[in-house]
Amino acid sequence: MLILGIETSCDETCAAVVEDGRRVLSDVVATQTEVHRKYGGVVPEIASRAHLEALVPVVAEALDQARVRMDGVQAVAAVHRPGLIGSLLVGLTAAKTLAWLHDRPLIGINHVEAHIYAACLLREALPFPCVSLVVSGGHTSLYHSAGPRRHELIGATTDDAAGEAFDKVAMLLGLPYPGGPSIDLAAERGNPHAVEFTRPWLGAGSLDFSFSGLKTAVLYHVRGQGADARRRRQALTDRQIADVAASFQECVVDVLAGKTLRAAEERGAERIIVGGGVAANRRLRERFLREAARAGLELLLPPMRFCTDNAAMVAGLAYHYAQAGEFAPLDLEARA
Amino acid sequence: MRSSGHASTWTAETHSPEETLDLGRRIGRAARPGDVLALVGDLGSGKTVLAKGAAEGLGAASAREVTSPTFVLCREHLGGRMPFYHLDAYRLRGAADLEAIGAAEILGGDGLSALEWADRAPQALPPDHLEVRLEIIGPSDRRLTFTPRGRGAARLLAGLTPVAPGGC
Repeated sequence: MLILGIETSCDETCAAVVEDGRRVLSDVVATQTEVHRKYGGVVPEIASRAHLEALVPVVAEALDQARVRMDGVQAVAAVHRPGLIGSLLVGLTAAKTLAWLHDRPLIGINHVEAHIYAACLLREALPFPCVSLVVSGGHTSLYHSAGPRRHELIGATTDDAAGEAFDKVAMLLGLPYPGGPSIDLAAERGNPHAVEFTRPWLGAGSLDFSFSGLKTAVLYHVRGQGADARRRRQALTDRQIADVAASFQECVVDVLAGKTLRAAEERGAERIIVGGGVAANRRLRERFLREAARAGLELLLPPMRFCTDNAAMVAGLAYHYAQAGEFAPLDLEARA
Repeated sequence: MRSSGHASTWTAETHSPEETLDLGRRIGRAARPGDVLALVGDLGSGKTVLAKGAAEGLGAASAREVTSPTFVLCREHLGGRMPFYHLDAYRLRGAADLEAIGAAEILGGDGLSALEWADRAPQALPPDHLEVRLEIIGPSDRRLTFTPRGRGAARLLAGLTPVAPGGC
């Protein structure tokens, strides 16, 4: 079964064709990073306009690369939540139009579930049950996953998402947008133990996350008490910036890995999935690989290109909705 | 918590996130539909903490459920005696962006709204709003300066200032 997937929840315009939930026939991503760089973050109105321009050629390219036409596609899937509402609407409306025009069923996909499913692409057997961590600019959530469509939330951020903390700390350090890759790069030359930021464990049994206090701790460290933020930032040497970036990153990775492994232990899970844009962070990958091996757990880390937003994970997951006969009406609404 | 004020502005100092949360709860309890909080302050100054408290005061959500709206720009919490709209202008650039998230319908509408980074989108604010400036004055000390811009905001502020014995 061939499914066309569309994903436009944030700043990447994506379309893909996937066969039977795991054979990726095409996977096209038009990134808007350059467009948003000068603003230091995704600008919603610019994002939806850029989606509008990119969507038709991106879908055409995905069909082309898969050597298929719309009449060879059995269903159309799109992410309808969560995300930037204006951006979601572009992809969802396109999917509805294609579904209606070609008389194909529509499937509405949850972006977070799709990030978990990214680890299942290219795999023979489904890895469920498992513990799944989705960590990105908008989410930091832990799930106990019983199947591709069944995820029980067992922990989540109570303030900022991890990726948001990366972006804001990068800004404090004067590092370029996007913050995730910038910190990853700067941290390479830094000492992860130069500054021992307090790990936000939130009490012994908690599986929730909090990164707002850490962000504030970095702010204090960078600017000192009462000093002028800008002046101090310029006074930081490259070495110091690298040390703070590495120490901050280490703190985030410690907490993410620590809680995910504990959740796996508590739930008796034998596998862990880590998905979302922050799962592309090299230090995070290294630590999860090491700690999962030590705990005797199988770790499913999607390849880098399936960590960041893509439509292959959407078309892949949609197959399981199609198998279950869970289709969406054409008046399906987008939700932030 | 210490507070002082002139006829128009009111200043409060909090000494822990819990105290800031508590002040937010008082705002939530005093709020009426259409009230708008314009939150202005540095990263880490407690804007989201104050918003969490306001949501709790309304009974719209627990503090744990109110997370940063930076990524999605607007979160709605509909469980309380009126809706709580939590908006974030951190990434907004200009009027078209605000239109894109429906700010005009939300701000001053049927619930209490809190706009973080309000200084980045002054054109989004209705003329009547309560400006709250949050300053970092110590590791866990914050100074909050409330300035009412309009009659509704003055009424909301008046509902906050008399600190009844035993809290409220």
